[in-house]
Amino acid sequence: MQAEAVRVKPYGDSMNDGMVQLSFTLPLPLSEVAQEAARRLAEQMGITEASVVHREDLGQGFSFFILYGRCTHWVDLSQIAVTRAEYTVMSKDEIDNFIGQHFGRKLTFIGACIETDAHTVGIDAIMNMKGYNGHKGLESYHQINAINLGAQVSSEELAGRAIRHHADALLVSQVVTQKNVHLANLTRLVDMLEAEGIRERIVLVVGGPRITHELAKELGYDAGFGPHTYAEHVASFVVQEMVKRGMK
Amino acid sequence: MPHLSLDTELIDQARTRARNIAVQVWEQVSSYTTTTVERATLRLFGVDGVNDQGVPLPNVVVDHLHKKGMLGKGAVYPVANAMRFHGITAQEVALRVAGGSLHLDGVPPGDEGAVTELAHSLAEQACAAIQAKREEKNKLVERLGMGEPPYLYLIVATGNIYEDIKQAQAAARQGADIIAVIRTTGQSLLDYVPYGATTEGFGGTYATQENFRLMRRALDEVGEQIGRYIRLTNYCSGLCMPEIAVMGALERLDMMLNDSMYGIIFRDINMQRTFIDQFFSRMINAYAGIVINTGEDNYLTTADAYTQAHTVLASQFINEQFGLLSGLTEEQMGLGHAFEMDPDMEDGFLWELAQAQLVRQVFPTSPVKYMPPTKYMTGNIFKGHVQDALFNVTSVVTGQTIHLLGMLTEAIHTPLLHDRYLSIENARYIFNNMRHLGEEIEFKPGGRIQKRANQVLCQAAAMLMEIEAMGLMQAIGRGMFADICRFPEGGKGLSGVVPKTADYYNPFTELMLSGKLGGR
Repeated sequence: MQAEAVRVKPYGDSMNDGMVQLSFTLPLPLSEVAQEAARRLAEQMGITEASVVHREDLGQGFSFFILYGRCTHWVDLSQIAVTRAEYTVMSKDEIDNFIGQHFGRKLTFIGACIETDAHTVGIDAIMNMKGYNGHKGLESYHQINAINLGAQVSSEELAGRAIRHHADALLVSQVVTQKNVHLANLTRLVDMLEAEGIRERIVLVVGGPRITHELAKELGYDAGFGPHTYAEHVASFVVQEMVKRGMK
Repeated sequence: MPHLSLDTELIDQARTRARNIAVQVWEQVSSYTTTTVERATLRLFGVDGVNDQGVPLPNVVVDHLHKKGMLGKGAVYPVANAMRFHGITAQEVALRVAGGSLHLDGVPPGDEGAVTELAHSLAEQACAAIQAKREEKNKLVERLGMGEPPYLYLIVATGNIYEDIKQAQAAARQGADIIAVIRTTGQSLLDYVPYGATTEGFGGTYATQENFRLMRRALDEVGEQIGRYIRLTNYCSGLCMPEIAVMGALERLDMMLNDSMYGIIFRDINMQRTFIDQFFSRMINAYAGIVINTGEDNYLTTADAYTQAHTVLASQFINEQFGLLSGLTEEQMGLGHAFEMDPDMEDGFLWELAQAQLVRQVFPTSPVKYMPPTKYMTGNIFKGHVQDALFNVTSVVTGQTIHLLGMLTEAIHTPLLHDRYLSIENARYIFNNMRHLGEEIEFKPGGRIQKRANQVLCQAAAMLMEIEAMGLMQAIGRGMFADICRFPEGGKGLSGVVPKTADYYNPFTELMLSGKLGGR
């Protein structure tokens, strides 16, 4: 049965007015021509009544524009299927109990910012004792041996550590990206784990501001976590995934 | 300027303890040299370039000496001996070693007095070259001026030095006073300095001498056009600290990120290696008139800015004393801190003001470096712009000196051209609009801000007492900074630490410090 179309477009101050704001820089010195170019560009993006509300000369032959206009496009909600990691969020104590009941041993989670990334903010928020925003990190879990390798860990090193520590889960963080280098980094790790023959023995998850579950699955990860993720989300997923896969 | 009533005796006491801590470390490591200290020394003698494998010649010569067990004497003496015996330059010595036609252990020993005399005169030439750069800068600053503090410090980070130049020149025209070229991720862990102009890097651009030269020229060019001397910053950190200091001294950099503990804590570089390297690199920075920036702000990206504020202050005291031991003046120490408290915290702005004012007063002549919010930047660029505005207010009100510009797009990507524009506009608006607000403010005696500042000072003093008793290396092992533990035998680069033999020779320590080692 065909689902009924549910159409939506942006809202400014009245239904379906389509109001959007947009800003960008053109590699042109500021002029009337540059401003008209900015406006036409917006129209080609599907924005009608585009108007440049602010313009600025950035020097060196660049100009900056802020525009408002009405989006002509609609989105049909009935056509959207969002994939997200399937798990029930448990509390820290529930997770510790769950591990005790199902595994009868401490689980080992290794976390790292891999390859080019030097920003440990994300992995620290998940791993470190104090956690983030009042949510304790994995180091505070009694049934989890949490090892945080920090920044710029090569895929080789992470795979080596996974073997040496008999890791149950690898938590990979990618925070800062430039020219999509995070995608290459993440793929490289998966290749490495497969080459070492340990991919199947490990729950592999990735987190970061640019990460979605869908992207993670595409890259060969078990789950992806975006912003607003805390330690209990990651741990809940990992332990439930382990049970699902019959890992002991 | 606003003023806090602080316990000055406690400040003096903290300073004395920090001095004892730094001296203890210095005594533990001063009988060692490192591979990069020796490479830096060779660079000062004019050794540069790479061999046919792309290995930098300073590495080739130092590895050669290390392999033959000759590095404990230092690289200078055997190289000078070979120069004298063959009548060639240091660069020619390096080229012959690289080509395999010269083995430094096979050169007949020359007259010791004559060899050291040659080395000494070459070292004097190197010092004169650095002094000439320093004077060149002074003349430019005198003619063009430098803007007024807080100086706007902006980063460029495209990975391509030629794109960096475009962005840096645009930033200078928009009002930047200082340009920092962020290094490519991972350079801190390279045990050599790449060579030549580079166009590829991740999250930044390789620090090479040629890149330094290109950016210096570009900033001089734009500085002439806009009538303001634009200062250039790079990263004197990682496994090649001393060599990068030399490159910066020769290419007239103005500032260097150079922390005594950052590499240990955040890059897991061996602590003995780091303490030796930071000493030599700071000595060169000091001699070249370069202002260093320390990295305490980084602690707060890991540890909580409210509860761990005193660790920043304690580390600043230690960094200051390490700096003084290496010949830096207080005016050359941009001690670092940051605006990193949780924006949801009630009165968080008051605690930021208290901290910024405290740092300003405890280090009154230091060009304090103030870092913007990063940890609680979310991707909500509109709120981020407001967070940066509060940071800008704190900076101008408390008279911070080096102001790293916050970006509304922090946590999303390295800054785009217009991100930088919007952030400069924000800062200039606030600095200009609130220029003298600080002079109109008095903090209420016994009020929240005064109490908070004194509490942080007391905690820092107590922490320094504890560190003094156990030693700094032990303290780092206990995770007292940034909640991260490191150990004396751990980390990268330990194999490059070499005990000095009794006849170790390096003319630069004497020439650059002229006997004022630690002013002791």
